Amino acid sequence: MSAGQLKAAITPARWLDESGRLVRGTPAPDAEALLEGYRRLVFARRLNEQCGALVRQGRLAVYPSSRGQEACQVACASVLADGDWLFPTYRDTAAIAARGVDPVEVLTLLRGDWHCGYDPVRHKVAPQATPLATQLPHAVGVGHAARLKGEDTVVMALCGDGATSEGDFHEACNFAAVFRAPVVFFVQNNKYAISVPLARQSVAPSLAAKAIGYGMPGVRVDGNDLPALEKVLGEAVARARAGEGPTLVEADTYRIESHTNADDASRYRTEDEVADWLPRDPLLRVRTYLTGIGALDDDREREIAAAAEAMAAAVRTGVNAEATADPEELFAHVYATPTPQLAGQRAALRAELDFEEA
Amino acid sequence: MSSATTPKMTMAQAINTALRDAIAEDDSVVVFGEDVAQLGGVFRVTDGLHRDFGENRVFDTPLAESGIVGMAVGMAMNGMRPVVEMQFDAFAYPAFEQIVSHVAKMGNRTRGKVRLPIVIRVPYAGGIGGVEHHCDSSEAYYAHTPGLTVVAPATNADAYGLLRAAIASPDPVIFLEPKKHYFSKEEVDVSAAVPPIGRAVVRRPGKDATLIAYGPSVPVALAAAAQAATEGRDLGVVDLRSIVPFDDETVCAEVRRTGRAVVVAEAPGFASVASEIAARVGERCFHHLEAPVRRVTGFDVPYPPPKLEHHFLPGVDRILDVVDTLQWEDAA
Ligand SMILES: Cc1ncc(C[n+]2csc(CCOP(=O)(O)OP(=O)(O)O)c2C)c(N)n1
Ligand SMILES: [Mg+2]
Repeated sequence: MSAGQLKAAITPARWLDESGRLVRGTPAPDAEALLEGYRRLVFARRLNEQCGALVRQGRLAVYPSSRGQEACQVACASVLADGDWLFPTYRDTAAIAARGVDPVEVLTLLRGDWHCGYDPVRHKVAPQATPLATQLPHAVGVGHAARLKGEDTVVMALCGDGATSEGDFHEACNFAAVFRAPVVFFVQNNKYAISVPLARQSVAPSLAAKAIGYGMPGVRVDGNDLPALEKVLGEAVARARAGEGPTLVEADTYRIESHTNADDASRYRTEDEVADWLPRDPLLRVRTYLTGIGALDDDREREIAAAAEAMAAAVRTGVNAEATADPEELFAHVYATPTPQLAGQRAALRAELDFEEA
Repeated sequence: MSSATTPKMTMAQAINTALRDAIAEDDSVVVFGEDVAQLGGVFRVTDGLHRDFGENRVFDTPLAESGIVGMAVGMAMNGMRPVVEMQFDAFAYPAFEQIVSHVAKMGNRTRGKVRLPIVIRVPYAGGIGGVEHHCDSSEAYYAHTPGLTVVAPATNADAYGLLRAAIASPDPVIFLEPKKHYFSKEEVDVSAAVPPIGRAVVRRPGKDATLIAYGPSVPVALAAAAQAATEGRDLGVVDLRSIVPFDDETVCAEVRRTGRAVVVAEAPGFASVASEIAARVGERCFHHLEAPVRRVTGFDVPYPPPKLEHHFLPGVDRILDVVDTLQWEDAA
């Protein structure tokens, strides 16, 4: 392992700084691509806000917001090709939407109708994982199977800083490295696992530095810097596709809101700490830069905002639509063919409901 | 320290008080887990303990249930009494190997040279509109594992008393907390004698049939009995309080008196704690039974999403429908 590799795992890669200026020595990013990225950032932010509102109105059971992490959400989806897979967590609604899944379908889980809400195979997006880190070995399996089948699929596997403490995280990293599986582990280090700060998860020099022990590259990147994220994740995807194995990417970011609406972050962190992160907002710097080079004017900004508003309205309509969750769904999919016992229980429930209706 | 009678407290406060009293009384008691210190637990059950007793007694761990329980094993081997929290029922599963292979077996394999006085607190069961993996009734996994004591309080007073008993126990205890009742208030007399683990209690005497329940199903059984009373049927309710050890004596005495028994539990019924109870009662009370022992349980399906959970949970109507099938002589 070289000094350069260690540095990449510890010092965050950057491209656009907080004030929207190019970091010294970096070339100008492609303006069209960045404008498209900006549009996606605005959508992700609007989606977070809309979901917060839907929780307050009692339409969603809960919402873990990715506010402040929108650049991570957008970048991890935009670097994937159509045939690639995404393995998201409960916090990655915006990433799944950025991947092209209808947000209303994604929110079905939180609306309380169905534990998934979309077709994972059609979208190549695994169900959102709640049991922490458990999805990561699955991601390795999807990637390894693709290699065995001769496909060039890449798998983007997401988790948080807290989840890196779970055994499954370590097992997945090791399996991926041993099998040279085409996986990008993307850790959104937002500094908290509910109330527990990063310092209680790890005293390693960085989370990306853990990659070194498994024999794979680890890269740390500014998690609020969209072009830097797209570059680092894009390179990791290219490596995986070329058969060079997995990469562990750690995004240095921050969870601006509480863990979910049910949490009260004032019990464990200060307003000042949050305030320090606000100027590092992932949207702000892209807007400043694009405006500065003349790629984004008021008209364009309004156009993007209107499109995001239309998306939010569609989400509201979709989530508010009275969907009737069919009680017989309880039994329909537990086995490919329901057991005789389940068939009996289904009939018993049907009879109960018929009796109630009568 | 709380010594005087506290008129009313929530179950969360009752458990908090039990932890507080145990930490204060015994230097070897330590409390740890995810979010238990600074935050006071996602249900606030450990609220204030870190502030009042400090980092050596109450601390947050890295996010790893296997690590939490495994470390508890080592700390217990070295003279401490760890009380650890699994944040939700389904999030205890990463610790399953530690629980089954070590926590449960250490006493036996060392011929009693190493006892593990560990309490594993598990908020469990549903009825809170929680998203998936937050509502499992996982008691059967533990009850099926020899070496584990499995306690399931239904009242706030029992939550206090049984937790004190669990912490004092030389054996490892899985302490199942019905999360749905964390915030309901009841009278709790913390100066009352600590109830022994392994004794059921008759919550409501009845002469026509006996409902047997534990944890979150006890209030449901009581509601069913109250409803039945208005319809002229006198149902008794036995609250098991502890699943392992099982109180055959109290349960069977009641069933022999009434001649009819219905077991009520939220977990899926197949190969469940309810099945074990029905089998035991059948074996022991056969000659006193007027009707087969029946079970009212959750369906054999994964816990449903919030909008469907009311179809899954055993409720008053389902219990009374089953009671109606118990071969009554006056049946039309
Ligand atoms: C195995 C497991 N243990 C505990 C939990 C409860 N829990 C849900 S989210 C969370 C914190 C996760 O933190 P992190 O991995 O940093 O992700 P973030 O929520 O910050 O995105 C915890 C403890 C869980 N979902 N799964
Ligand atoms: Mg986090």
